[in-house]
Amino acid sequence: MNLFTILDMACQAFPQRTALTFEGVSYSYAQLHRASLVAARLFGNSQCQAVALQDISSPAIPIALFGAAAAGLTYVPLNYRLSAHELSELRDRIEPAYFIETENRDAFVRACLDGEVPPSPSEIPINPDAVAVKLFTSGTTGKPKAALLRHAHLLSYILGSVEFAGAGEEQAQLVAVPPYHIAGISAFLSSIYAGRRIVLLPNFDPEQWLYLAHSESITNAFVVPTMLVRIVDHLEEHPEFDVPARLASMAYGGGKMPEAVIRRAMTLFPATDFTNAYGLTETSSTICLLDPEDHRSALLSDDAEVRRRLTSVGRPLPGIELQIRDLEGNPLLTGEAGEVYVKGDQVSGEYEEKTVISGDGWFPTRDAGYVDNGGYLFLSGRADDVIVRGGENISPGEVEDVLLKHPAVSDACVVGMQSEDWGEEVAAVVVIKPWLKVSVDQLQMYVQQRLRSSRVPKQILFHEELPYNETGKLLRRVVREAFRK
Amino acid sequence: MINIKPGAKLFSVACETEVMVIRGTGEFDLCCGGSGMATSTPEARHESATDMDGGTLIGKRYVNEDGSIELLCTKPGRGSLMVGNSVLGIKQAQALPSSD
Repeated sequence: MNLFTILDMACQAFPQRTALTFEGVSYSYAQLHRASLVAARLFGNSQCQAVALQDISSPAIPIALFGAAAAGLTYVPLNYRLSAHELSELRDRIEPAYFIETENRDAFVRACLDGEVPPSPSEIPINPDAVAVKLFTSGTTGKPKAALLRHAHLLSYILGSVEFAGAGEEQAQLVAVPPYHIAGISAFLSSIYAGRRIVLLPNFDPEQWLYLAHSESITNAFVVPTMLVRIVDHLEEHPEFDVPARLASMAYGGGKMPEAVIRRAMTLFPATDFTNAYGLTETSSTICLLDPEDHRSALLSDDAEVRRRLTSVGRPLPGIELQIRDLEGNPLLTGEAGEVYVKGDQVSGEYEEKTVISGDGWFPTRDAGYVDNGGYLFLSGRADDVIVRGGENISPGEVEDVLLKHPAVSDACVVGMQSEDWGEEVAAVVVIKPWLKVSVDQLQMYVQQRLRSSRVPKQILFHEELPYNETGKLLRRVVREAFRK
Repeated sequence: MINIKPGAKLFSVACETEVMVIRGTGEFDLCCGGSGMATSTPEARHESATDMDGGTLIGKRYVNEDGSIELLCTKPGRGSLMVGNSVLGIKQAQALPSSD
């Protein structure tokens, strides 16, 4: 079992079809296949243990990913936005590694595309338990952990969720997520297995995204919430821009999607199917889906429970079992809030440092949430973010949702702050729309009228913006610092 | 009989079919086109038995009744996949929207 099988099969079924377009240049499945075999020999000869890529998106990604798999080495994409110090620490942890960086990327791609294919390519290793991909988690708290994804995990995800050759030749996927994100890996595996052309946008920008969506006749796209916000803002500010006509399907994930944004997006893209994909690095990408039909029902239904599902992350994939458990690990009932646990062949739950998966295969996601009567999962934040005020659990998301409904508030983050009386108290940092005014008292009153008094933020600070990382993850750790005395 | 484990590649000796084992560990009487399958590329192939030529399709997953064996066809051919006396069926996958 080896990830290389994905490219091998695509190359066999449609060798001359375009696999990838980057900066106007297209590459066929046969070209990528050949280049990956050349890369595998290069990696094999280097005596390295891993193949590291520290760069933006380019054709080097599939060549390095599949080349590493064919050579039996681990592929490690590094976040090029980290500081030099952080990067050098990560690089020390994966040595000896074959490094592909911005400076040598073009030479690497050229060498692989033009190189001689080994006359008898060495045997592709088949050990399903070999580590295919090592991803350093974004580390919103503490030192980055190295999540391990084995060939069996990633292949199980692809085989369970993508139909081989299921895409027509006209289909094209716009990939704007960075290569060091799990979605930046699954995008290549899924699209190649489906036979869907990949179009790369290395540095996301709403205008560029819309330009490529038009010029490359994009049919499918995946975005993180911040990208969708910027696309929607751009289209609303520039009515002269046409909405991409061929965009049949847009998936989003990687963070909490504000309800107002998905509503605006569905109005702006009436002909596009929206899918919410919830997944984690440790689960080889998507584990729950809110499908297009769910989106439409939620928008049109008179039933409050169905309408609410627009803020749900949907139901588990066929190969995933899901449970909500309390702090002691006991399963909870429908509607009860606790921590999300998942189990399935695609779930790794394993880091270089430790395994957090239980003996019977259950993985604690550290996400908090509940499941409704229809089996739809609602997330309320990270389990670690729950505020415990005098023994009462308060989910920051619950208070944030209310603050965000206030007409003057454009963004809000709720965290716990130390309190002598209560252990923890609710605190909030709020971003106000530039042309509007609101006082701390007014906001406290607003929350008081809608939630229990224990939920009212004791302290509210006004900031110009909230700290997000580049994939749109809110850095609560940084917000917490503002309340530390 | 052939000894299989997840990840292993198996080859038909009666046609071009190649499969990858997704599920199944141990000794099985696995056949393609009426002949026992091999663990390496066969040097020569003989004709597929006439009543065993339903064919295999690339990308399809083939399973036995109790789901203890699952094979992914990575290269298609003319033979049918069998374990013992029963022909393996195609696993019907639920159609999911693209999520990456």
